[in-house]
Amino acid sequence: MKKMMTYSEGIREGMSAAMRKDPDVVLFGEDVGMFGGCFGVSAGMFDEFGPERVRDTPISESAIIGCAVGAASTGLRPIAEIMMMDFLTVAMDQMCNNAAKLRFMTGGALHFPMVIRTAGGAGVNAAAQHSQSLEAWVTHVPGLKMVFPSNAQDAYGLMLSAVADDNPVVYEEHKAMLAMESEVDLDEGPIPLGVGKVVRPGSDVTIVAVGNMVHQALAAAETLEKDGIDCEIIDPRTLYPFDFDMVANSIDKTHKAIVVSEEVKRGGYMGEISAQISENLFDSLDAPVVRIGALNTPVPFSPALEPIYLPNAEDIVKAVRSQG
Amino acid sequence: MADNKDMVKDLYLTMRRIREFETNAMNLFAEGKIPGFVHLYLGEEAVASGVCSNLREDDYITSTHRGHGHIIAKGGDLKFMMAELFGKATGYCKGKGGSMHIADGTRGIIGANGIVGAGQSISTGVGLQILLHKTDQVCVCFFGDGSTNQATFHESLNLAAVWNLPIVFVCENNGYGISNPQSRHQKIKDVADRAVAYGIPGVVCDGNDVFAVRETSAEAIKRAREGKGPTLVECKTYRQRGHFEGDPAIYKPKEEQEAWLKKDPLDKMSKWMTDEGGFSAAEVKAIDDQVKAEVAEAVKFAEDSPYPTPESGVEDVYSDIVEEVRDR
Repeated sequence: MKKMMTYSEGIREGMSAAMRKDPDVVLFGEDVGMFGGCFGVSAGMFDEFGPERVRDTPISESAIIGCAVGAASTGLRPIAEIMMMDFLTVAMDQMCNNAAKLRFMTGGALHFPMVIRTAGGAGVNAAAQHSQSLEAWVTHVPGLKMVFPSNAQDAYGLMLSAVADDNPVVYEEHKAMLAMESEVDLDEGPIPLGVGKVVRPGSDVTIVAVGNMVHQALAAAETLEKDGIDCEIIDPRTLYPFDFDMVANSIDKTHKAIVVSEEVKRGGYMGEISAQISENLFDSLDAPVVRIGALNTPVPFSPALEPIYLPNAEDIVKAVRSQG
Repeated sequence: MADNKDMVKDLYLTMRRIREFETNAMNLFAEGKIPGFVHLYLGEEAVASGVCSNLREDDYITSTHRGHGHIIAKGGDLKFMMAELFGKATGYCKGKGGSMHIADGTRGIIGANGIVGAGQSISTGVGLQILLHKTDQVCVCFFGDGSTNQATFHESLNLAAVWNLPIVFVCENNGYGISNPQSRHQKIKDVADRAVAYGIPGVVCDGNDVFAVRETSAEAIKRAREGKGPTLVECKTYRQRGHFEGDPAIYKPKEEQEAWLKKDPLDKMSKWMTDEGGFSAAEVKAIDDQVKAEVAEAVKFAEDSPYPTPESGVEDVYSDIVEEVRDR
């Protein structure tokens, strides 16, 4: 049955469905309990599942991830929330040195079915310690998977798959998209990790975009359509494992590629995708791959500055036109 | 104190096993047969042996970079351990972890760990799992004095206290954080004093006296099993070697080293056994001989084992992604 749902509700429905199905799934993090999470994403879950399974932690990011590692290695399937993606830095050791590596380092003796949920992204005037997009820092680490839904249906389906996965999955939710409504069919179930989605089919240029940038790409495509340029937009949905085949098939058709993310452009994850396209599909390309990202500055606070920092539809339009 | 002769024998057997394993590891490292870093547990045997003598097979431990003793005391297989030190395919981690990363999920050994203090926060998750599954298992978290200055120590003890988790935090105060004596890395003398900050009991015992360790930790483990929450147990001991093999430990005063060697836990125990414990010298020697044979067998197993194949290098990163790891 289809209904309209916010992105936030999609995440919550995903978590709740997973928790109803498996008593070993638990949610913990700062203020996720009675308060319902800083952004209200887990609102009502404390009432449904109780204080044992929906647990408030002290403000201790490192312990939150370490706790998830220990819990996952001994039989739970924790969903650990790090309130802001920026705060992942406080727990980076636990995420990168323990969650990500211990399966390999123990030769598979231990495994870590756990989800790290975290709110990334800018656009709400939260300044540089509450707005970052750190996809590159996460995807750089072997042993982690990462998903980043751009709508409520994907938020729901990717959560189901993330919880069911036997590996640590970082689940990024964009804080500026939480109230964004879209149509959801809860009967559709899990969306496999590593499977992208053609959000808009087209024939002239391939635009790979994640998170909130999917919506900027859609707006750009509308503008470009008036010029007679037909954009194909791909939302990989999972950053690792990445659906490169979908991108390659699209570029075989369009021969042009633009990659867009909200990270600062320098060293961003989309640089990796751009490199993969150039390395593997050079002969199909009619123009160099173009990366679009944020300015290489900390995220500014002022409403006058933040929009200048962020990449937008206009940037995408310009980039497509520049490819000729 | 000693309840009975079998118990004494078991305690001594474990301590001797650790001593023999570590002495062999020391020599094999010096011979160039063991690569990488090796942090030996020599001098601290009474701690792991005493604490783990109170544990069941289904209880858990988290360990440290200096973890061989904990793993042996929790029932780890000497052959698989030694093979891992050699980097062989038959090792506990298939040669992917080495000395600092041995784990055995079937025996509740949730890993040694190369990050100082990492086990503290991992233990909170193990504790949470026990709490939610409503069993009477416990988790013992071993760590050194140096790690008590890490943020994980504070975060984890606080979390364990506020959630009333079934964890026993065992600080092996061996006097040094790498090259820094305790007096230069923290102002306090007793790490156990820090328990006050978390509203949990903190106790100190002689870490070179296996009976004292056994008795003190038994009380803490009982509390945890009964759902009364975590305890911080500090065992005062001494790291007889450098931080790692190859470290000449020039920072250790000679007199201090000599004084502690006189309090060697194995010497103390074997002397007690023959003087007061009702063991003959021959009985003690029989245990020593048994252990020598076990460790010799482990070394042979390690030496005879194959190295991992190149193909195995991309396995175990993920449960379900193998070849793709090579490239994208």
